[in-house]
Amino acid sequence: MSKIPLQFRHNGRDVAIFVDGGTNLLVALRELIGDMTPKFGCGQGGCGSCSVLVDGELHLSCLTLAETVAGRSIETLDGMKQGPNLHPLQRAFADNFAAQCGYCTPGMLMAAKALLDRNPSPSRDEVIEAISGNICRCTGYEPIINAILAAAGGQVSA
Amino acid sequence: MTRHRGRGMASINYPIGMNLGGDPSQALVHSNPSGKFTVALSSIDLGQGMKSVTRQICAETLGVPVEDVYVDTADSDTGPHCMGSFASRGTHRVGNAVMAAAREARGVMMEAAAEELEVNAADLETDGRGNIHVKGAPHRSISTKDVAIAAQFKQGKTISGRGIFLVPLSNVDPETGEMSPATCYAHASLVAEVEVDDETGDVAMVRMDSAYELGRALNPRLVEQQLVGGAWMGVSHALYETPEPYYPDPVHGPRDFVEYLMPGPGDICPHDIAVLERPAPDGPFGAKGPGEMCANPVLPAVANAIFNAVGVRIDDLPITPEKVLRAIKAQGGARPQARR
Repeated sequence: MSKIPLQFRHNGRDVAIFVDGGTNLLVALRELIGDMTPKFGCGQGGCGSCSVLVDGELHLSCLTLAETVAGRSIETLDGMKQGPNLHPLQRAFADNFAAQCGYCTPGMLMAAKALLDRNPSPSRDEVIEAISGNICRCTGYEPIINAILAAAGGQVSA
Repeated sequence: MTRHRGRGMASINYPIGMNLGGDPSQALVHSNPSGKFTVALSSIDLGQGMKSVTRQICAETLGVPVEDVYVDTADSDTGPHCMGSFASRGTHRVGNAVMAAAREARGVMMEAAAEELEVNAADLETDGRGNIHVKGAPHRSISTKDVAIAAQFKQGKTISGRGIFLVPLSNVDPETGEMSPATCYAHASLVAEVEVDDETGDVAMVRMDSAYELGRALNPRLVEQQLVGGAWMGVSHALYETPEPYYPDPVHGPRDFVEYLMPGPGDICPHDIAVLERPAPDGPFGAKGPGEMCANPVLPAVANAIFNAVGVRIDDLPITPEKVLRAIKAQGGARPQARR
């Protein structure tokens, strides 16, 4: 099968790769771009750990055909912090002990960013709804919900 | 159709660590010429915070700032032996080993400092901010960095220490069957409140209240994190998760996260936790460990709450709507018990 050339924006940078037909975006990001922040959890849309933003909208990269993002803008956790400065959401996750093993964290952060980008002051129920596609084994969700609410309220340490 | 509220409680004694081969763990601590310290472990931090806690224990024992300690974990090729991260043993077993190693390293550090300051090591103390000075004369001081440099390049000393923690193996008495499998027990009590739908068998968590006695909480935020998350894992085992729903029949066994049921963020409930600190005599700075026991009392408490709500006693986990509904039907309807 011939390779398909594919160009898109990856965290604000233009990238160009060759993909096999049928390659999903998660594999393209991890194996061809080298961005290991989206995690492979289940590979079938059941866990949310591979979540990325496509043109600002939350997508499961494991269920997204790589070819469909041609010319579009992909944001992953790798592009979240600005140089050495953590994004307020990342800072809030640290302050609120919202990660233990950390495997769900990239997906949680992307789901949270997608929410706050379109709704800067969400209610608790809206936060719960926004991360309801993401499974976490360790935290019991409570610290994650609190972290997102803290970031939305500007309650993060410097 | 009615939704019945019920409340149940459970209390547990939880042994820290286990008895296999004495359950030992080792730790090595050494200083670098920069005056920073490295703790070498082959124990693994699964996210529960063992790196943070052993770092605190090492810094406190050495008398140096926590920033000056780096913990290197999880390489059983290069690290000293550890039984592993399980049985809630990390803080207690590994922490004790780190403490012993740090104590030995501190002894060498104080001797090296004494040589530089030309005093007796017994007259020195650390200030916890990276300096060693003569007791009662803080101006006669040397930084741990300068001590490390002197030890490395002038005195030819290694500021290092070895530590192991071993509880001698307790064998079973052939006559009485008695043994002493653990030296240290943590305790907890938890009250769960649930709502049971007598038409669907669905059980919803309403709230949890708990008290945990776990020795000294060396890092209170990590302890809280563990208790909040672990309680939720307990709820998940009580009501949702199983790889074998019709054991031993393998039918309907889940194959992936889509079929393996776990509670989501919409299923959580408020949980008030009280942490009681009764330092353990053989724990590092009195610590036992929250570990696995944060999940344990939830399961019986939820089962008891369901009995209190609808009068059915389910003794098979997880307590799925199907089991609740079959039991309610078998007894001819919900029989709410007295609320206490």
